[in-house]
Amino acid sequence: MADTIKVDPKDKPRIGVFVCHCGTNIGGFVDVKSVAEYAKTLPDVIYATDNLYTCAEDGLVSIREGIRKHNLNRIIVASCTPRTHAPLFQATCESAGLNKYLFTFVNIREHCSWVHMKEREKGTTKARDLIRMGVARARLLIPQEEQRVDVEPSGVVIGGGVAGMTAALSLADMGFPVHLVEREAELGGFVKNLNNLYVTEKSATDTIKPLIEKTKAHKNVKLHLGSQMKSVEGFIGNYEIVIGAKGAEDIKAKVGTIIVATGALEYVPEGLYGYNQYPNVVTLTEFEILCKKKALPKMKNVAIIQCAGSRGQVKTYCSRVCCNVAIKNAINIVDNYDNMLGLAEQLGTVIEKVPVEQKVPEEIIERRRRRRGRERGEEGEADEVKLGPSEKIEVTVFNRDIMAYGVEHELTYNKAREKRVKFVRYTTDHLPRVYMEGNQLTVGYFHETLKLERTMPVDMVILSTPLVAQPDAGDLSQMLKVPLGQEGFFLEAHVKLRPVDFATDGIFVCGTCRGPADITEAVTQASAAASRAAIPMAKGYVQAEALTSVVDENKCSGCGTCIQVCPYGALRKSEKGLAEVIVAACKGCGCCGATCPEGAITMTNYTDAQLLAEAKAALQEEV
Amino acid sequence: MAENVQHAIAQKKDEPAGANEWEPKIIGFLCNWCSYAGADLCGVSRYQYPTNVRAVRVMCSTRISPHIVLELFTAGADGILVGGCHLNDCHYITGNFYTEKRLRLMKKLLEDAGIEPQRLRLEWVSASEGEKFSKIVTEFTEQVKKLGPSKVKKDAALKTRASAADGASQTFRLRALVGKELGLEKTGNVYGQKLDQTELEKLIDAATKDEFERSLILELSKQKARSVKELGQIMDVPTDKVLRHIVVLRQKNMIAMEHPDGLTPTYKAIEIGGEQ
Ligand SMILES: Cc1cc2nc3c(=O)[nH]c(=O)nc-3n(C[C@H](O)[C@H](O)[C@H](O)COP(=O)(O)OP(=O)(O)OC[C@H]3O[C@@H](n4cnc5c(N)ncnc54)[C@H](O)[C@@H]3O)c2cc1C
Ligand code: SF4
Ligand code: SF4
Ligand code: FES
Repeated sequence: MADTIKVDPKDKPRIGVFVCHCGTNIGGFVDVKSVAEYAKTLPDVIYATDNLYTCAEDGLVSIREGIRKHNLNRIIVASCTPRTHAPLFQATCESAGLNKYLFTFVNIREHCSWVHMKEREKGTTKARDLIRMGVARARLLIPQEEQRVDVEPSGVVIGGGVAGMTAALSLADMGFPVHLVEREAELGGFVKNLNNLYVTEKSATDTIKPLIEKTKAHKNVKLHLGSQMKSVEGFIGNYEIVIGAKGAEDIKAKVGTIIVATGALEYVPEGLYGYNQYPNVVTLTEFEILCKKKALPKMKNVAIIQCAGSRGQVKTYCSRVCCNVAIKNAINIVDNYDNMLGLAEQLGTVIEKVPVEQKVPEEIIERRRRRRGRERGEEGEADEVKLGPSEKIEVTVFNRDIMAYGVEHELTYNKAREKRVKFVRYTTDHLPRVYMEGNQLTVGYFHETLKLERTMPVDMVILSTPLVAQPDAGDLSQMLKVPLGQEGFFLEAHVKLRPVDFATDGIFVCGTCRGPADITEAVTQASAAASRAAIPMAKGYVQAEALTSVVDENKCSGCGTCIQVCPYGALRKSEKGLAEVIVAACKGCGCCGATCPEGAITMTNYTDAQLLAEAKAALQEEV
Repeated sequence: MAENVQHAIAQKKDEPAGANEWEPKIIGFLCNWCSYAGADLCGVSRYQYPTNVRAVRVMCSTRISPHIVLELFTAGADGILVGGCHLNDCHYITGNFYTEKRLRLMKKLLEDAGIEPQRLRLEWVSASEGEKFSKIVTEFTEQVKKLGPSKVKKDAALKTRASAADGASQTFRLRALVGKELGLEKTGNVYGQKLDQTELEKLIDAATKDEFERSLILELSKQKARSVKELGQIMDVPTDKVLRHIVVLRQKNMIAMEHPDGLTPTYKAIEIGGEQ
């Protein structure tokens, strides 16, 4: 690396222009030689040349030599697009000792030769104009120093479900101290409600027990149960957080990164399919709680209705897990009904969490016992009624489509069919109806194959409702200044390429708080989020690009408008009551600059003067 | 791609007959992440379009303040295209919502100045909409051609009005209003009253007109000291209104009364100090 060339903004610019033929990509449609000749006539241009391929080694050498031989202090390359090639040419400038912020890119390929292939003359004129614009900009560039910000090597994970625990443990195992904040009194999250888990069929409690124990025991994990985040201030590497628990003193800590893993809830299908209206209409989760507590009422016919409230009915999306959860439970009913059967007397005492107690009152169960007795022509009490062995239980899954994706789920689906679980299709034109026929809970549906209205007396209706965003996700989103998507789930930076990052550096997301996912997926995302968070922490610092806002304290009146519009919380009030930029948090969008009523904010590298000079040069008649 | 190349070749082979007929100069401010990338893809796919647009890359469309656009129109731009990501896709989350609000103000000011607002266009182009970019440029170039060359260069009075619009766009009041507009719609004012959009727009439009007229008074009185009557005539604004503006401007110490001993007082803009 050559010695750094000191460039004072007041020095007279000495501009070098390198015009690229890009083989024939540019040269075939634009008169490159004449454009380079023209560049020599522009103010402050000391040197101009054309290269066959500026990005090839000899092209880069010619830039380095140009800088040395002609004392160039501004470099312009007129070639392809800065979106792919700016880093290369900037690095070339730096290797010759020239600050990379003194480089200007002019795009004469994507924006010129390739789109004006039949207009050589006009295309050449445009290329000349574009270079004139680049020169106007280059003259006003000033060298910039990139700020280096230290990163505190510790993190906080918000939410103690499987995702949160996994993320916390991964970081802890890498040696980073982690705060794990869970608002409930216990770890485990939503899985605590569940009976057994697909695909393993193992008990949910047993499955997550080791994870909970490991989390509790890890020396690097600082657990905060029954706690919530009270405030977060700062930026990547330097977050000041306050964790609060009821009745306890607030805990303050400094962390480098934040992982959000606050999970989701189940949609409560108020007003759908007789929920909260008729007895024994329950959601999937309520059903699992009943199974887990071995508190199922006696029953013979069970209907499961899929997509209750999803895919356009209330929520727009498919909740991803419910098909497999429904299949799991259908198999469960057929296989394990006898084990999960509860004594009717226990109902209402065992079930605290779900409102099922109101839905299966004693009388109903009594009534049903008697009805069943009558059906069999028997007299007398329920206890005498011998409900059939489990294989006599019939489970019907009303569905729009079964999304048993991937290898294992399709196999489980087949298994359910082998066990004679019935799958009946419905369309949105003919939704199933749940109603009481006399005392009998009934499902009315349209048989799509027979094209007939049918009815089915049932003992229980289970509604597969979607996972929905935490109702208070908005509070956390505002505290952290990270966005929520349309359905209230946290929104990642890029759905394909950055699925566990937020756009804001230093904050990550995993699990069902970013959308429906099963445990496998939540754990995968959590591991990913932890390793993403570990990058800056392991490195110990981040380098902020010098593309940020700058506040002129002499102009700022402290009105605070800029603080409101910044999407990254990168501005705050200083002790003087004036706006102050947190350089490490600023992304350089320029919103504050275009907003500030006092015109007190400008952008490094995109000042008004630079933008106006560049644009005005386009208006100039050719010289 | 090959198809597009062929399409390009199939296009008219020769330059149009009158090769030095007037060609508009259009400036295109394109955001790095979507519209600039869309223009790149347009090139990669070889969709052809007229040569009139000169792109200036910015990180986000939200960078484009009304001042930048209005100063360029004052300098004689025939058209300005602002390209951003689709709403909700902005790389900086909310940037383009502000762009949208600012564009409304710019158009309003252009109208007040007497410049066709159709010379300014806002378009959302994603990184994958290469073809859309070529269509937009083709269409917009046509539109600007129909409007003809910017009249600012030849018409001094229009240029003064354009400067006034630029000046108005830099006033504290308009910048603060537009900066707070989105927030007001969402969360209401300090008293918790949510303003509905049309009401807010009405308020902003009225403020815009006032600020434009005041700014025009300053521009005109920068040239020479003028009487209220004279200002009213040039501006086509009732004299009592001009007088009211002058009272405000005097309070802000932006205009001074001259020849108070003469029969009619005249006013001259104070060029240093005051609002900038
Ligand atoms: C009926 C049903 C059955 C299911 N069955 C299966 C199955 O068989 N197999 C399978 O793989 N998946 C199943 N799932 C999916 C599984 O429940 C989820 O994948 C899993 O719970 C996601 O874990 P998580 O850590 O992301 O979220 P959660 O488990 O929801 O945990 C989030 C945690 O964050 C806490 N929290 C929330 N907000 C805050 C806050 N502001 N501050 C602090 N803490 C907060 C919550 O209290 C909770 O403990 C099922 C889901 C449902 C609805
Ligand atoms: S908007 Fe401008 S004047 Fe207001 S606080 Fe921010 S920098 Fe200062
Ligand atoms: S440039 Fe954008 S990110 Fe930076 S402080 Fe201004 S509004 Fe925030
Ligand atoms: S980045 Fe494209 S509009 Fe904001």
